Amino acid sequence: MRSRIRENLIRVVLTMVAFSSLVFLVGIVLVLFREGLPIFRKIGLAHFIFGRDWYPTYDPPSFGILPLMAASFLVTVGAMVVAIPIGVASAITISQVLPGRVRGIIKPVVELLAGVPSVVYGLFGMQVMAPLVMNVFGLPTGLTALTASIILGIMALPTVVSIAEDALSAVPGTYREASYALGATRWETISRVLVPAASSGIVTASLLGMGRAIGETMTVLMVAGGAAVVPTSFLQPVRPMTATIAAEMGEAPVGGSHYHALFAIAIVLFVVTLAFNMVADGFTRRFQRKVAGGR
Amino acid sequence: MRGAEDRVITGRRVVPSGGAAPMAPVGARPAEAEARVRRQRRQRRQAGMFALMIAALVLALGFLALLLGFVAARGIGVISWEFITEMPRNAMTEGGILPAILGTFYLVVGAMVMATPLGVGSAIFLTEYARQGPLVRAIRIGVNNLAGVPSVVFGLFGLAVFVKMFGFGVSILSGALTLGIVVLPTIIRASEEAILAVPVSYREASLALGATKWQTVRYAVLPSAMPGILTGCILGVGRVAGETAPIMFTAATFFTARLPESIFEEVQALPYHIYALVTEGTHPEAQVPIAFGTALVLLALVLGVDLAAIILRSRYEKTR
Repeated sequence: MRSRIRENLIRVVLTMVAFSSLVFLVGIVLVLFREGLPIFRKIGLAHFIFGRDWYPTYDPPSFGILPLMAASFLVTVGAMVVAIPIGVASAITISQVLPGRVRGIIKPVVELLAGVPSVVYGLFGMQVMAPLVMNVFGLPTGLTALTASIILGIMALPTVVSIAEDALSAVPGTYREASYALGATRWETISRVLVPAASSGIVTASLLGMGRAIGETMTVLMVAGGAAVVPTSFLQPVRPMTATIAAEMGEAPVGGSHYHALFAIAIVLFVVTLAFNMVADGFTRRFQRKVAGGR
Repeated sequence: MRGAEDRVITGRRVVPSGGAAPMAPVGARPAEAEARVRRQRRQRRQAGMFALMIAALVLALGFLALLLGFVAARGIGVISWEFITEMPRNAMTEGGILPAILGTFYLVVGAMVMATPLGVGSAIFLTEYARQGPLVRAIRIGVNNLAGVPSVVFGLFGLAVFVKMFGFGVSILSGALTLGIVVLPTIIRASEEAILAVPVSYREASLALGATKWQTVRYAVLPSAMPGILTGCILGVGRVAGETAPIMFTAATFFTARLPESIFEEVQALPYHIYALVTEGTHPEAQVPIAFGTALVLLALVLGVDLAAIILRSRYEKTR
């Protein structure tokens, strides 16, 4: 009898514990909206999203986040131009070109590198990549969208390589055998059978890499330069959304318009990354079905 | 099941351009020669593409090696026994980084104390107790999306809830709680994987002996899943130690003259210290080298912890 009470108690406790993640997620949403909505009420959603001027400390202040969104978009696209081709090609090399023994060594190394803290990438970007970009292009400052894109791209590489490699290795061996049996070479098999079969997994890898780049804070804060203007080229300093929040939250008076505006930026950021994760999730599920169907 | 394979075999993309050339009758030299030329062209193309693919991998690993090599080269000269055991002196231009090392230690311990029971408990519930349904789906959505939230958003949450609403102020407690939420999904996923890997027969054997559900989980499932759970927690430690954005407004400070005495005080932390030295420092010529030294200490810590987890995992996989 006592044991039954204990069993039920444990079940109840575990159920409550399991809800913690959901509670935190809902809590984050509630907090963001509670602290961020006042700015929408004050200046209107359209002015906030499409306003071209971000002057939060002027009198009167102006809270248009178009330059910040454009900056986030620009560095994310730039990062993906670096990370996706190199990452997917590396994944192909690891899973299909090199002998299996090498894969056993390189895969853990790549996973290990995914753990390098972003602030270290930021330090490297400031001290090494920025002077390089400045000298190569003859710019007044090396802290530009291009610099941030390169560093973010390098940062996203381990994520892209690791997930794309998983997808390629998960393609059933029968696909490869069927292709060889038809007389295709190894490269033809890779490019026309294995990569198409793993395509949704590769898309997932790219999306997750992109999600990581959009939400990344420290690197862009240190490397992107911080100018809140709508960018017209890769060679100018920009101020992505994450960097704006991190740089300004310390000085924004609690409860003021600036404070609310920074939370509202976080709402935009949250919605965008949420959308990315959901789409990536959909592709993962599609890939799992496809691979399972091929066995 | 058949559909997928059919598609691969009959799909036009796979039909080889020359490999299936019909066997040429003796004497039909032109066709044979043509087939050989085509075969050679395909082989050359393969060699070229493979070279390109390998070059990409070399480039990727080269980038990352350059990063690590550079930080190591610039940082190693700064590191000494004094550097990791002494207080900073002279407005952060001399001395050591002991407060930052200890601060990171406190934050990591606090975050793990919060996240481990919640994470492992969630994983046990999801794998052993829950029945598939809307409830489990809701929890899964929570876990998956929590994992994708940008780290700076966690920082805002911590600021609004722990620092302001609960009144903990900018403190070790606020920072540790925030980091605990950041790392929770990592621990849940790793623990779930470890528990799911335990063979069903263990549970059946335990239940057949008359054990209750919890006794089965406690004495049959968890001991076997423990190495995997431990690996997940260690990886979580690596992640927490390197996070900067979540502690910027909740726990971290650039300068303290003394070590913290309670969990309600603000602390220095390794990642924030690096950031502050290169962006807020007033004497870059003296402070940038210290930043590289700090970065090397942080890298050694994070990668060392991750390496331990990876070795533990591979050992565990071998023994099974």
